Amino acid sequence: MQGILNVISLDVAPFILSFKLAGVTTVILFVLSLPLAWYLSQSSSKTKPVLEAVTALPIVLPPSVLGFYILVVLSPNSAVGAFFEDLFGVKLVFSFTGLVVASCFYSLPFMVQPLQSGFESLNKHMLEASYLAGKSKLQTVFKVALPNIKPSLITALIITFAHTVGEFGVVLMVGGSIPGETKVASVAIYEMVEVMEYGTAHIYSAFMVLISFIVLLSVYIFNHSQRKIGVL
Amino acid sequence: MIQIDIHKRLHGAHGDMDLDVSLEIQKGEFIALMGESGSGKTTLLRVLAGLENAEGDISVEDVLWLGDQKTLPPQQREIGFIFQDYALFEHMNVEENLLFVNQDRSLAQRLLEMTELSRLSQRNVKGLSGGQKQRVSLCRAMMKQPKLLLMDEPLSALDPAMRTKLQDEILKLHKTFGITTIMVSHDTDASYQLADRIWVLDHGKIIADGRPEEILVKSTKEVYTLCK
Repeated sequence: MQGILNVISLDVAPFILSFKLAGVTTVILFVLSLPLAWYLSQSSSKTKPVLEAVTALPIVLPPSVLGFYILVVLSPNSAVGAFFEDLFGVKLVFSFTGLVVASCFYSLPFMVQPLQSGFESLNKHMLEASYLAGKSKLQTVFKVALPNIKPSLITALIITFAHTVGEFGVVLMVGGSIPGETKVASVAIYEMVEVMEYGTAHIYSAFMVLISFIVLLSVYIFNHSQRKIGVL
Repeated sequence: MIQIDIHKRLHGAHGDMDLDVSLEIQKGEFIALMGESGSGKTTLLRVLAGLENAEGDISVEDVLWLGDQKTLPPQQREIGFIFQDYALFEHMNVEENLLFVNQDRSLAQRLLEMTELSRLSQRNVKGLSGGQKQRVSLCRAMMKQPKLLLMDEPLSALDPAMRTKLQDEILKLHKTFGITTIMVSHDTDASYQLADRIWVLDHGKIIADGRPEEILVKSTKEVYTLCK
């Protein structure tokens, strides 16, 4: 009975904030990553490995390192932070906007890499056939390339979303824990464990496990069905 | 008339070589481009299509496609190109592949009828056989009503029966539309039957240019002499 009451009285604000952050980050990253992934897939320039390494950095860096540098760059004492605060009145640390900026860095490789490998797997002649049909590069990306890399596209969108929901270290450093503003689900769980509210922490954590599993399962089911269509 | 005078340094599997080609093609001619693998045939087609850079000049009916000051991108060259691997848009059906190039539905229907593909017009191209895919590719290339049709070994991936059928359809479309055509081929029979003229490319240079009966009989004699 106590357990049911706990579930009913659960504060869902951290979850809503986590999903809002993940949604906004996914949309922004898709727009930013599309030209980058396309460039990396088509380029044989010497700068390509450098760009690829920079893009992949958030995978290997400890979130605290990434969070620290983002905090340094976005703080009002830095040129970037001061510029946004003076010109637009936007505070980039300990705010939702700051979390979005940090999440875009943190989740960048999860959007770029699947898109890039999808574009690289395309038949080069198919893209050339589109150019010969009179279509520009932009038209070719949207009308030929993207519809032919659906599994990579879905993987990029969903994994970016799920990865952002699962952020902890970076958001804690850049956003802190302001209820309704920066206190996302992962931070809320951490705080509950700190104050030994294990029951609520369990419910929050189980909910995160369930959502993450459903998200990943749907990606694998979709990709499996796409492969079957490809075979047929 | 099409005038070609191009130069390009190639880095191939057999080492570096120069592609040096200077030729004229009359409007409506059908040319078979022959030569060993690595002789530069595909590169020549790709340069004509604007898919690869080269130095020199290409002018088509007095329009400069390639010159010192100007290079027209593939989008602005009136080219139909048939790739060896078909390169169809796999997320579209047969008709959509054609209409992607040009929204002229009546032309699309006419081409599909001529190549006996009308009943497959709503089928996704993924499910088609190799021969059907190459016919769709041929129709798609014709949708632009190009000034120059380039075919890179269109028959090589097909079985003999399908090769004969496609060969007949290529000839039918060439006679109907009179489009100047260059076809890369290793198939002497097809080249003999389809072409008005044969070019033989060797290490980037044209070493023979003439009517099929002249070129093929001459090369047969050479083979015969070598065998003796």
